[in-house]
Amino acid sequence: MKVKGRSIWIALALTLSLVLVFSCAKEKEPYKVGAVFSVTGRASFLGEPEKKTAEMIAEALNNAGGINGHRLELVLYDDESDETKCVLAVKRLIKKDNVPVIIGPSLSGNTMAVVKVANDEQIPLVSCAASNKIVTPVVERKWIFKVPQSDTHAVEKIYDYLLKNGMTKIAIMSVSTGFGASGREELLRIAPEVGIEILADERYGPKDTDITAQLTRIRGTGAQAIVNWSVGPTQVLAVKNWRDLGMTSIPFFQSHGFGSHKNIELAGGAAEGVLCPLGKVNIPLLVVDNDPQKKVIMLYNESYEQKYNEPISSFGGHAWDSLNLVIDAMRSVGPDPAKIRDYIENRKNFIGQHGVFNFSPTDHNGLTKEAFEMVVVKDNTWALAR
Amino acid sequence: MEKISLLGQLTQYFFTGVTVGSIYALVAVGFNIIYNVTEIINFAQGEFVMLGGLVMVFLAAAANLPLPLAFVLTVAAVTGVGALMERFTINPLKNATVLTMIIVTIAVSIVLKGIAMFVWGKDPYIIPPFSGSKPIFILGAAIQTQTLWVLLITAVVVVLLSLFFKKTRYGKAMLACADDPEAARLVGIRVNSMILISFALSAAIGAVAGAIITPISLMEYDRGALLALKGFGAAVMGGLGSFYGAVVAGIFLGIIESFCAGFISSGYKDAVALLILLLVLYVRPSGLFGNVEASKIKEF
Repeated sequence: MKVKGRSIWIALALTLSLVLVFSCAKEKEPYKVGAVFSVTGRASFLGEPEKKTAEMIAEALNNAGGINGHRLELVLYDDESDETKCVLAVKRLIKKDNVPVIIGPSLSGNTMAVVKVANDEQIPLVSCAASNKIVTPVVERKWIFKVPQSDTHAVEKIYDYLLKNGMTKIAIMSVSTGFGASGREELLRIAPEVGIEILADERYGPKDTDITAQLTRIRGTGAQAIVNWSVGPTQVLAVKNWRDLGMTSIPFFQSHGFGSHKNIELAGGAAEGVLCPLGKVNIPLLVVDNDPQKKVIMLYNESYEQKYNEPISSFGGHAWDSLNLVIDAMRSVGPDPAKIRDYIENRKNFIGQHGVFNFSPTDHNGLTKEAFEMVVVKDNTWALAR
Repeated sequence: MEKISLLGQLTQYFFTGVTVGSIYALVAVGFNIIYNVTEIINFAQGEFVMLGGLVMVFLAAAANLPLPLAFVLTVAAVTGVGALMERFTINPLKNATVLTMIIVTIAVSIVLKGIAMFVWGKDPYIIPPFSGSKPIFILGAAIQTQTLWVLLITAVVVVLLSLFFKKTRYGKAMLACADDPEAARLVGIRVNSMILISFALSAAIGAVAGAIITPISLMEYDRGALLALKGFGAAVMGGLGSFYGAVVAGIFLGIIESFCAGFISSGYKDAVALLILLLVLYVRPSGLFGNVEASKIKEF
């Protein structure tokens, strides 16, 4: 009881001193930033690290004095991975919370559902979802930006690497989901432009238990490399089957969706030699010292791991990019929606976790294939592919 | 790497098909055991396979038990789940129609899937193959050693089951229930226990299928539904209730899928498998090995 009594006193004293501090300092009006992430539901693996990252940044910023003396107030809602709830959250942020700018949502589908709302209300929205459709055509997406790289960038990076290593005849495999279909489209579209011939175009279902038939067919075509586009169990299965069939002399490329250490572990050694494009934020130790991103990536990795005691994920990096972009804009132009929009649209050389962003009135993503680094699995971890 | 010969491709497709087909066959056999005794189509059959895989992963990889022990414990655990399912969901429904009970099994499958999602999360899991991961090369085709385990264990299960039904009292009693539950009860067979045994047995077979396929195909919480669908297709194609029909049709479906993925297009393989199923049913409504007379007196 005695201890409890004392802790109440301590709490009281603390509250009192806080009240004193706040009433003494001439507090400038806080700057609001709205955020919608899929913290729970099927896409919680996206929203969870995004929320943690955004909160970490806001806390650190406020401890350091905020934006030009204004505290940053993060108004964060969870859309539960649901489109309807996402629309409601965005409307609430705009109408009730009166935020001048929004970051998120986490999912492409949810972002597409709110694109019109944000555009009509003329509130800038910086999405953390990847689909290229979010920011094209730009004329209709005047107020919308997105920070993740597109499929197109990943495909271009892989094709670059193939051509550099003298491989022009390839086979592609993709899973029959939105992710796989969109990657397949880009693979097929860009191949003829760069002079790559696709000898086989294999597809499989997201719940398939065996992909050896597709691989065997590819083996019969004489392809020089295999590019596989999937997420989830099939991308590990494809690697396992590729190794089991003894096809390791045909290099195996995965999409950027393979970029989790967990996949290497699941493949249990079978992933050795597999190549994939990866955002630099995932491979802090491999980024060369003179890389402009090195400093922010190391800082983010260290502070996140220290605060939450877990490794960062690619997705948290998107929240970092979007929130810091918005903070950067507010620091220069204050909390005015139109000015924030114009500022971001003309922002060049913004150094983020997933690349160096160069926005323009025709490009609301601001990234190129250089946002990716080709990596190879070596000794059960990532190494740079040369 | 040199191109693979046509013969090599054929061999590859064949073995792939037989492996996947064996799992369909085991699922189909599981369907048949319960169907024979109760006329229920147990839609939780795929979940037994999923549980078999995930429990095996837990025991073999997380708890680090030796494989044979983990295998036995897995089968025992999932058998328990099957028995509990019957005791708590099927048995209490005294006068329910078969259709009601089928819907109950759908509910159970959703519950089992949900529990698995909470316990294991949404990630896929894997265990190492039973005996090394070096493939054997036959005619240029690479055969995984786990494939041989799948074939061997499937064969053992089928042989043991037919011995069980032909030679043991319990097996014969179960067949009697299948023929006529009323008459079986009159001659002193406890139909109630037979139903319990049928669920336990199907669960055990599902667990075996899950445990042996996980090293090849990984396992995650929502894999069950598709396996159940394919297994059901095999059971119908072979003629509901017929063991040999289920085994033959399961392996046949697997091979068709594999050859279709190899020679036509992987996008169509599920469609072609279902098309052939429809054709078979059109020509022989009772399935390849189904008994026309028997199927007339059944409700489904």
